[in-house]
Amino acid sequence: MRLGVRQCAAGALLVAALVLYSPTLGAQGDNDSFSTALSALRDASFLDKEAIVGRLAESGHPSTRAVLSALVEDRLYVRTADSQVFIVKSTDEALAAWELVDPVSLSDRGSAPRDELTKIGTNNRLRRLLKTTLARFELASPDPSVRLAAVREVLRSLDDATVAVLRERVGTEPDSRVKDEIETGLGLAALDGSDSAARLAAIAVLARRTRLEVRNRLAAMLERSADGVYAESDPQIRAAAAAAVRSIDRRRTVYSALEVVFFGLSVGSVLVLVGTGLAITFGVMGVINMAHGELMMLGAYTVYVAQTLMPGHIALSVFLAIPAAFLVAGTAGVILERSVIRFLYGRPLETLLATFGVSLILQQTVRSVFSANNRSVETPSWMSGTLQLGDALSITLNRFYIILFTLIVFAILLVILKRTRLGLDIRAVAQNRGMAQAMGVRTERVDALTFGLGSGIAGLAGVALSQFTNVGPNLGQSYIIDSFMVVVFGGVGSLWGTLVGGLSMGVVNQILEPYVGAVLAKISVLVALIVFIQRWPRGLFPQTGRAAESH
Amino acid sequence: MNLKRLVLAGWLLAAVAGLSLLSVVTFAQDTIKVGVLHSLSGTMAISETTLKDTVLMMVDAQNKKGGLLGKKLEAVVVDPASDWPLFAEKARELLEKNKVAVVFGCWTSVSRKSVLPVFEKDNGLLFYPVQYEGEESSKNVIYTGAAPNQQAIPAVDYLMKEVSVKRWVLEGTDYVYPRTTNKILEAYLKQKGVTDADISINYTPFGYADWQARVAAIKRFGSAGKKTAVVSTINGDANVPFYKELGNQKVSAEDIPVVAFSVGEEELSGLDTKPLVGHLAAWNYFMSINTPANKTFIDQWHAYIKNAKRTSNDPMEAHYIGFNLWVKAVQKAGSTDVEKVLAALPGLEVPNLTGGTAKLLANHHITKPVYIGEVKADGQFDIVWKTSGTVPGDAWSDYLPGSKDIEADWVTLKCGNYNKKTKVCSGQNYK
Amino acid sequence: MPFGRPLLPAMRQDRGGAVLLAGLVALSVLVPLLNLAVPPGSPWHLSTYWLTLLGKYLCFGMLALALDLIWGYAGILSLGHAAFFSLGGYAMGMYLMRQIGTRGVYGDPVLPDFMVFLNWHSLPWFWTGFNHFWFALPMMALAPGGLAFVFGWFAFRSRVTGVYLSIITQALSYALMLAFFRNDMGFGGNNGFTDFKDILGWDLHADRTRVALFVVTAVALAVSYLVCRAVVDSRAGRVLRAIRDAESRVRFLGYRVESYKLWVFVGSSVIAGLAGALYVPQVGIINPSEFAPINSIEAVIWVAVGGRGTLIGAVAGAVLVNYAKTYFTGALPEVWLYALGALFIGVTLFLPRGFMGLVPGTARLIPADGPRGAGRPIRSELGVSAEGKAK
Repeated sequence: MRLGVRQCAAGALLVAALVLYSPTLGAQGDNDSFSTALSALRDASFLDKEAIVGRLAESGHPSTRAVLSALVEDRLYVRTADSQVFIVKSTDEALAAWELVDPVSLSDRGSAPRDELTKIGTNNRLRRLLKTTLARFELASPDPSVRLAAVREVLRSLDDATVAVLRERVGTEPDSRVKDEIETGLGLAALDGSDSAARLAAIAVLARRTRLEVRNRLAAMLERSADGVYAESDPQIRAAAAAAVRSIDRRRTVYSALEVVFFGLSVGSVLVLVGTGLAITFGVMGVINMAHGELMMLGAYTVYVAQTLMPGHIALSVFLAIPAAFLVAGTAGVILERSVIRFLYGRPLETLLATFGVSLILQQTVRSVFSANNRSVETPSWMSGTLQLGDALSITLNRFYIILFTLIVFAILLVILKRTRLGLDIRAVAQNRGMAQAMGVRTERVDALTFGLGSGIAGLAGVALSQFTNVGPNLGQSYIIDSFMVVVFGGVGSLWGTLVGGLSMGVVNQILEPYVGAVLAKISVLVALIVFIQRWPRGLFPQTGRAAESH
Repeated sequence: MNLKRLVLAGWLLAAVAGLSLLSVVTFAQDTIKVGVLHSLSGTMAISETTLKDTVLMMVDAQNKKGGLLGKKLEAVVVDPASDWPLFAEKARELLEKNKVAVVFGCWTSVSRKSVLPVFEKDNGLLFYPVQYEGEESSKNVIYTGAAPNQQAIPAVDYLMKEVSVKRWVLEGTDYVYPRTTNKILEAYLKQKGVTDADISINYTPFGYADWQARVAAIKRFGSAGKKTAVVSTINGDANVPFYKELGNQKVSAEDIPVVAFSVGEEELSGLDTKPLVGHLAAWNYFMSINTPANKTFIDQWHAYIKNAKRTSNDPMEAHYIGFNLWVKAVQKAGSTDVEKVLAALPGLEVPNLTGGTAKLLANHHITKPVYIGEVKADGQFDIVWKTSGTVPGDAWSDYLPGSKDIEADWVTLKCGNYNKKTKVCSGQNYK
Repeated sequence: MPFGRPLLPAMRQDRGGAVLLAGLVALSVLVPLLNLAVPPGSPWHLSTYWLTLLGKYLCFGMLALALDLIWGYAGILSLGHAAFFSLGGYAMGMYLMRQIGTRGVYGDPVLPDFMVFLNWHSLPWFWTGFNHFWFALPMMALAPGGLAFVFGWFAFRSRVTGVYLSIITQALSYALMLAFFRNDMGFGGNNGFTDFKDILGWDLHADRTRVALFVVTAVALAVSYLVCRAVVDSRAGRVLRAIRDAESRVRFLGYRVESYKLWVFVGSSVIAGLAGALYVPQVGIINPSEFAPINSIEAVIWVAVGGRGTLIGAVAGAVLVNYAKTYFTGALPEVWLYALGALFIGVTLFLPRGFMGLVPGTARLIPADGPRGAGRPIRSELGVSAEGKAK
């Protein structure tokens, strides 16, 4: 990445300082200039702060790293009374007084209440500079993952001084991944040089990488300006760059296809989750439940409540919220069944109307209890972030876990239906109610439990939804249509149909999206569904046999 | 069985009749009625309920000061339920049935456009508090929200100058406000020398929740080696999954900053703000601005709503300014008659909450300062930049070929869209 | 004879219809009188607010009528009928937009404002002809009718019934909603059409025009009712009722079930489209959220509350529920959703035949399925016979 003169100067000074750093230079004079620079931070503009940061780093003072880390983490404060700059140990809002650390000597200096302190603010550009600066400190860290992160950070803003440091490290770097990164950085830097042989060698190195930044850097060499002049004058280098770009693109195509499939599966798994609960209540019991979306909303709010009750243990709260959401939504479903739906069997229209009324009431209740605003649900740390597979494919963890979660829920549901007594009863009642009654199955109880099961799964769907979308009273409305479509597409009464149907709808939607845009992709899926139903009116996996006649 | 049903029906009818009678009983006192036309249910309830409470709070405060022209103010609240045709119906109800002197209301442009004919026909007065796309200036509407030149252009200026952004993603929800804003920004950027290849414009539907592919595309666009920023006119519910996905795909604000125009403190309270830290918003007011006026307002708001954790936001300040303008105009005119108040309004100046004043201009827009804030982990904003003075609102953008020749002036020209070239006044002119 | 019985004697037996028609005639006379002749200061004056409100209710009554025709009598539960309503509305809207001419914000004589704003230079092909009323009027019927024909032809031919049909009608309206929300479609996007000036030369905001529109709506509702009543009382109507009750049996008896269903579906969509076309000039705006599936479900609820299978019940239900909605959003804005939800649950549980079920003598007209039904083995929407689900 090319940089302005100012950054180069700052970087050069910085590296010079690092290289020249010597512990014996901790004289009093240095302490004074360090403190002066620090005090100037309080009233400086953001641009001036960048210059001050540069000066602090160049000072070579032993506390520089601690001060800069504090600044980037918003822990550098000024005491209003005496304009002294302090590092604060922890900015926990719960503490009444914060513990102070002297920035020059790094010794404790007591504490002060929050309102006596003013924060020294940062903005994006300043934070970026700080992160790059701090990364240079971390190049020498003993932990290889820290070194890797530091090299990656440094690669974002390469300049001559940094390149010099990298060149020093490449020989001694033990970890192969870090070494690869350093070589990439050196390759990128070499592209700007003048020696053709070195540049060709750099291109050869870079051709093996799949990173987008590398590819774009190489492609930029092939650009022509408006008058036909190439950015890169040497034709031999241009040819090499073109070949490199082609090979990178070939590798990237495979990765993009995988990425699309992953996106499709994640969209699809959400559809499967929301559809499965409906497949049970709708397919097995013939009940059109318009309140299904609101049951999902209840599940999502359960996560919110769990997180509010356990603010310090987000990860644990999500785990606890899963069975809690199942129980909350399931209980709501059982109550709904016992109080309203029980009287409406055999009258699917009336169940539609009554459950629609219930959905209105549930929405308004949530609005009154929790307020009409969306509620914030935090993603636990183990679920956030990405999994990097190679240079070109990154899998977002929360979606990955949602796919996993869907499959687990589905598997458990299959086990319940095929292997447990309850499942046997459910299937019996669905196939032939009269006969099941004659065999001694308590159909009323089974009805309530089936509805509770379907509603509980809706609650689990709500837990998944809370991780990537709004948690608000309108959550249910956004997904109710999709859940109906999935069930109808898969075949009413078939769980496998729901799974296959939901996943395929998701994948098709994601394949279409880059070409026609989000809205047309959705419309196409809907139209395709309508056409599909004309040809296969009973869905993908229709029920067969006499039981099918009743559906 | 039949008797039981008959009795039940009888009770239902009686209940409905009784309730109807209740509503017919009118208040005998002589009050000035203030209409509140904000959705209290439906998709817009989240944003608009707060505004209803703000107006009620100010009516209360004014009554404690002795009312207006010796009479008490009475707020008449209706719920148009985020249903656009219902907005027109409720507006008519307020103006014709309740005979309100002024209405504070609307949020989306559709709702405003659907009530516009009603206000113009019945000669009502509407104070509209939300940032919008411009391209309108009605005799009966006072626009206290930001026009694009009071939000979008200064934000882009900040990014270009202070953050050195060279590549731009204009990401919006598919409706008129983002479309207009992006048109203006595209024209502005091209004027500043940005090439077509460095601008990417994209629209998604309302409530769009699956941002994976789109955020991945933004990442790709941003790895071309030039500093890239996203100008987001994404509205409402779609913001939550968008920011969550940004966080998940590790698009940090230092790499690709996102500046939003529809994300304020209220929206952030429904979000996990950790992945958002450092992203930007452009408004004319932030809750974290430290002035005595703001502190008083926030304390008053917390006392009224009985919840010290509630946030305040830009549209609330707009209603604060609008209400004070109206009160001042009524006092100046000596009456609540709409024609007299409209004549008294232009030129009036009231204090805003950020330490300055807001002046009502002849085009029915006000002057506003522009602030750029960065999101903090606690859901508040750190101010990183502001305009040196206030920016006067321009209803007809100078960057759009269709509008640059149009000006609005209700004082001398008495016209909302006067074409300076053809010297013709067109547009909404109801007999 | 296709209608079976001459009309007037049939009316004598149809008390409810007589009441409805009398009521409409009375409204057509009283409303213009009270709005135009009586001065605004008098307590007898009917304000414009009430005028447009009543007009809106009548349009919804027409939509409910259309829905009752296919659902109460043919057993086709369409959860997307608001789509046909909106298509008719958009056709009228296109005509009204073309009437604005140079009075628009940008002053363009041909292009509506939103097209100028999107930098379009000419009208898209599907807008041609809409500046003439004689073209727009049949389009208000043909657009919804055409869509219904295509959709119905494929759907009924493939024997899609029951809940599947309902779900795909919902998918249809949802897809249309998404499509019309797109600004690129040429239908005004999210803002839809608004800012209308006049219709057929008459200023849309003048009271006289509003009154005229109201009377036209009342007449349209009366005519639709008569048409529906004629269809329902004819032999064709009996076949429809048979299809509703036992479709396979009717097919085996030799009737072309698909044709009957298709034609009643198209007819119903035309009525819905005309209702939408009359709705738009009175309300002043048409917007893609009219396609929202929730609107169709509300229409179904109007019919259910009123009592399906009795045409007047549908009209009564539409007026009743919409009045309740107007009332609650005015009087109890914070809790009106509770009230509405409770209304739906209450009517479903305690008044399964709707309010018409309370009127003595009409109970036998209303089909009820399931164990609380009138004892006939009725096939419910899912095709389950009553015995199958007996407890």
